[in-house]
Amino acid sequence: MAGIRVQKVAIVGASLAGLAAARALRRQSFAGEIIAIGAERHQPYDRPPLSKEFLTGAYTEADLALGHDDDLGVVWRLGVAATRLDPRGGSVHLADGEEIRADGVVIATGARARPVEHAGVHTLRTLDDAIALRDDLRRGGRLVVIGAGFIGAEVASSARSLGLDVTVVESLPTPLAGPLGPEMGAVCAALHGDHGVRLLTGVPVTTVTGSDHVEAVELADGTRLPADVVVAGIGAVPNVEWLAGSGLEISGGVVTDANGATGLPAVVATGDCASRDGVRSEHWTHAVEHPATAVATLLGTGAGRPPKAPYFWSDQYGVRIQFAGRREPGDTVRIVEGDPEQRSFLAVYERGGLTTAVLGMSRPKSFTRWRRQLRAAPQEA
Amino acid sequence: MLRPVCPLSAIPSGEAYRWDTDPPVAIFHTEDGEIFAIDDTCTHQDASLADGWLEGCEVECPLHASRFDLRTGRADAPPAKKPVRTHRVEVTGGVVHVELSEDPADLPPGAKP
Repeated sequence: MAGIRVQKVAIVGASLAGLAAARALRRQSFAGEIIAIGAERHQPYDRPPLSKEFLTGAYTEADLALGHDDDLGVVWRLGVAATRLDPRGGSVHLADGEEIRADGVVIATGARARPVEHAGVHTLRTLDDAIALRDDLRRGGRLVVIGAGFIGAEVASSARSLGLDVTVVESLPTPLAGPLGPEMGAVCAALHGDHGVRLLTGVPVTTVTGSDHVEAVELADGTRLPADVVVAGIGAVPNVEWLAGSGLEISGGVVTDANGATGLPAVVATGDCASRDGVRSEHWTHAVEHPATAVATLLGTGAGRPPKAPYFWSDQYGVRIQFAGRREPGDTVRIVEGDPEQRSFLAVYERGGLTTAVLGMSRPKSFTRWRRQLRAAPQEA
Repeated sequence: MLRPVCPLSAIPSGEAYRWDTDPPVAIFHTEDGEIFAIDDTCTHQDASLADGWLEGCEVECPLHASRFDLRTGRADAPPAKKPVRTHRVEVTGGVVHVELSEDPADLPPGAKP
C-alpha cells in the first residue's frame, strides 16, 4: 500500500473504532478529506456503560458522548448504512443511494448483537437498545437474562440494583468458561448468588412465550420462568454482509493481517469486524488502539505500535473484574493474592512456566502491575 | 496552603500515593524523579488513578485506559474528556507537601460525593 497517495478516506463505521481511526489519521498527519459513515443516528458514543451506569440511570446520554473534538475535520454521514464497497471504482455505496468516492477505506463496521427470534426479547448493543431496555426495567418485575456472559451478567447486576427479581439462564455448564476457564468462570458466576440473582446453568432455552409482550422463558428441562422482561446476551455477529462481492475475504469477519491489511490495496479493517487468524477481538481496548495501526497501514507510514496483550474488564455487583493476556485451554491457574471467597483476588494463568494471562477481581493496583509485566513480555508476532 | 502529606520515601520512583483527602489526591513519583499531584478520581468513572499505570509524565487509568498528563491534568486519551485538577507540590525536608487547587473538581457522573 505504501506509495499510494491517499487524499480522501472513507471510514465505514462511526463508533469507537471509526472515531479512533479518524483521530489516528489526523495524528499521523493526514490532511485530506475524512468522511465517516455510521448506520446509527448518534454521534460516536461509549458502549460499555450501556449495560451498567446507563441502565441504572447514573449516566445520561450526554455522559456517553465520545466525539468531542471538533477539530478533526470529519464529515459525519450518520443514520445511513453502507450497502456496498466497490473497490474498483473506489467507492462506498450507502442505503440512501449516495455513492461516496474515496481512495482509502477503513472498515470499522463492528458487530451487532446476535438476534433472537422472538418479538419483545431485548438485546443490548446500541444506545437505542439500551433506551428501550432501560424503559422496560423501570417498570420493575421479573427479568430473565438469557446468557451469563459479561453483557448478561452486567445487565443482571444493573437490574438487581434497580430492585428487579432476576434469573440468569446459561446453556453452558459454567458461565465465562471460554474467556476465563472453568475455575475462574465459576468464581465470577458466584457473584450472581451473592446478590440474590438465580443462576441456572447447563440448560438451554427452548422457547419464549407471549405474543404482544413476553410472558415466560421455557427451558429444555421443562422449567418455566415467568418474566416481564427478557434480555438475551448471546454474543455478537460482525457487520460484514455489506462487503459481499467486494473481493474482500470474509470468514467470520473481514480477514486481515495483524496490521489491519486486507487483500485489497487501499482497504484496511479494524475493530470488532476484523478477523485475524480466525479470531475477532471484540474488546473495547482493541477498538481504541488498533485503528492507529490500521491507519498506518493505509497511509503506508509503517507499522504502528506493537500489539499489546488483550485487555477487558467487567463491572458487576460492585466488583471489578479485569483480564489481560491470552489464555488458552489447558493453562493452569493459581491465586497469587487475595481470596476468591472474599471476591477480591488476583489469579495468574500459566503454561510451561510462563504467565499467559492475569485475572483480577477488585484488585486494580496489582492487576495493573501484572498487566504491565505481560505487556513487557515479548508477544508472538 | 501547603499541607504535609507523606515522606518522600513512602513513594518509590515509578509509584503513586493516594492521599485520602476529599476528594482524594494522587501523588506520583516519576521515573525521572519528579513529583506531581492530581485528583485521584478519573473524570470518566470512579477509579483511583493512584492505582494506574505511570509512564513518563502520564498516568493511565487502571480501568479504561484514559490517560492524564500529570503536568497539566489534561485527558490525553479517551474515554475521559475532562481534565483532572493538578495541585502544587513541594518537597521540603524529605516530606511531600501539597497545596490543593481551589478550582472545582470534575468528578465522574455517579461518583461518590
